[in-house]
Amino acid sequence: MSDRIREKLSILADAAKYDVSCSSSGGNRKNENKGIGDSSNGICHTYTEDGRCVSLLKILLTNHCIFDCAFCVSRKSNDVKRAAFTVEEVVELTMSFYRRNYIEGLFLSSGIFKNADFTMERLVRVVKKLRLEERFNGYIHLKTIPGASEELLTEAGLYADRMSINLEMPTETGLKLLAPDKSHEDVKKPLGFINDTIVQYKDEKKTGLIKSIPKFVPAGQSTQMVIGATPETDMEIMYSANEYYKNFNLKRVYYSGYIPISYDDRMPIIGSQPPLLRENRLYQTDWLMRFYGFEVQELLNLKNPLLDTDIDPKLSWALRNLDQFPVDINTADYRMILRVPGIGVRSAQKIVQARKFGKLRGGQLQKIGVAYSRAKHFIRCIDSPYILNEPDAPHLKNLILAESSSKYLKVAQNQLSLF
Amino acid sequence: MVTYIFDGSLEGLLTAIYNYYDNKAAAVVLIWDKLHQPSMLEETFEVVNDEAKAKRVWDGLKKKMSAEWQQRFYKAYLSEDPATFQHLFEFARYIFDNPVGAESNFGNKHVMAISKMDRSVNRERHRMKAFIRFQKTADGIYYCPIEPDFNVLPLIIAFFKNRYADQQWIIYDVKRKYGVYYDLQKVEEITYEFVSAVNKSQITLPAEVLDTKEELASLLWKDYFNSTNIPARKNMKLHIQHVPKRYWKYLNEKEGKN
Repeated sequence: MSDRIREKLSILADAAKYDVSCSSSGGNRKNENKGIGDSSNGICHTYTEDGRCVSLLKILLTNHCIFDCAFCVSRKSNDVKRAAFTVEEVVELTMSFYRRNYIEGLFLSSGIFKNADFTMERLVRVVKKLRLEERFNGYIHLKTIPGASEELLTEAGLYADRMSINLEMPTETGLKLLAPDKSHEDVKKPLGFINDTIVQYKDEKKTGLIKSIPKFVPAGQSTQMVIGATPETDMEIMYSANEYYKNFNLKRVYYSGYIPISYDDRMPIIGSQPPLLRENRLYQTDWLMRFYGFEVQELLNLKNPLLDTDIDPKLSWALRNLDQFPVDINTADYRMILRVPGIGVRSAQKIVQARKFGKLRGGQLQKIGVAYSRAKHFIRCIDSPYILNEPDAPHLKNLILAESSSKYLKVAQNQLSLF
Repeated sequence: MVTYIFDGSLEGLLTAIYNYYDNKAAAVVLIWDKLHQPSMLEETFEVVNDEAKAKRVWDGLKKKMSAEWQQRFYKAYLSEDPATFQHLFEFARYIFDNPVGAESNFGNKHVMAISKMDRSVNRERHRMKAFIRFQKTADGIYYCPIEPDFNVLPLIIAFFKNRYADQQWIIYDVKRKYGVYYDLQKVEEITYEFVSAVNKSQITLPAEVLDTKEELASLLWKDYFNSTNIPARKNMKLHIQHVPKRYWKYLNEKEGKN
């Protein structure tokens, strides 16, 4: 008995691991019924040897699937061991892990068996049992199965904290290449429906007419795209992400560097390195859009469709826009201080507060937590020396690269733009 | 220069601040008594804990600092770090001697030092929320020993009480020799005797006192930990950065990796 459940868990965790989302924050479910669990701030309970956070029990209900998407390990034509959990098994496993403080909750996805509704209905049964029978208030991330009925999606949304549905490939063309049966329209429809329902619940809450409005997907929706399986540029990827952030109020877009799992000659071959550096640069860009007030067009455009690999996108933007620097730390507005390479959100906030008490010097900035060796080229404080002949962009870049030790390779590995 | 010797308690620290103003002292070096080494030519002052004096200082600080900074003061104190005690002392003086709002002057070195220590203590608190691994005992109590860098147990009680409201649990700080027990109603502090039956040098409890399903649960967790890893992305540097080795012996998924 215990061997069978161990085997199932191994198969179905292994098949679920390519979904990178593991966030458990953004929910606000409280333990009010003296039941078990709550979800508030995300907690990473451990990290795997690849350095990724383990916050949720991330599993598939089954890896049986009727689709044959080239990029997916669970595709129909792939010769892998198949398994399926029962509803009870998932519930018991979740509770047993949660009670021991191993996890923040459950991330439940599934291959599509029979049809969309049949699959979605099973997923809903799991979350319903957790919430109603086990009185479980921990975090639940549930996959939206494309093509499932609106009734099922509404029911799922009442029990889940977050729902997500993957774009898989950044563009429609890319998707069609590897999964001819799928389209981005199939994703937009449920994303839009759930987003509309979230808004509707929020509006009803605002009117205050009905006392207790149930929570509906309180931690919002997210999506994921696979990077490097198809030939999209960074610009295409980020413009697509930006569109989904704007149109569907997504909480997160995840970028998953493609890990070769198939001998299909449309994609990188097995054994080639996953594009980890590129993935990192895309996340940095995503952060600049969400927390640093950058428009995606400033970071990526027809002149610069690819992100630099040797320097981060913020530094890269600064070097392209040297006319906006140096920034005077003691007078510039918050928005501009945030744009200085080497200054993060926390430091920028501290600077704005601290300068009310007197003009700031370079040494104080270092204490505040600014990466001063980088920032110093872009700022003026009260004790900055006057510099004749400000270095030009290529010069400055070399200067900064010489001083910093990148965790990635020193040699530039830019994708060449041919035209 | 006067050396103030105190007992390392919050009450002692606050009393020392009271004494400083009362004595109209010049510069003060605050020393934890267990670390004090008498030297020649040193003028010393023994701080005698006084609840009323400590309360007066705390009430004074409360009037001049936001609630957030009162928390920071307390959390920085829990670091049990001698240099931080001195910073707290100077910080309190700085707050008393300046108009309301002075705590947001991050250009001041004491403000910055406390802000930094607060972050370190928060990180440790967060780690304990993450790294606690309960073992279910045969009598249904969930037990976990810890050994945090700072004295963060007081900071995590509310979290566990809210989250695990329907199960009994014990968290025991092995280093500081005290723990807390939740009995489904309230949380109580417990001392060594309470868990004396347990060999505290051994992290995993012996099989005979464990619940029959405990071994399987732990095994499944280890299986899950291994299956969810992507070998092609292996990055041990990052792994160790997030899960520092000193915590490994308390994490069942890292068992045997030490």
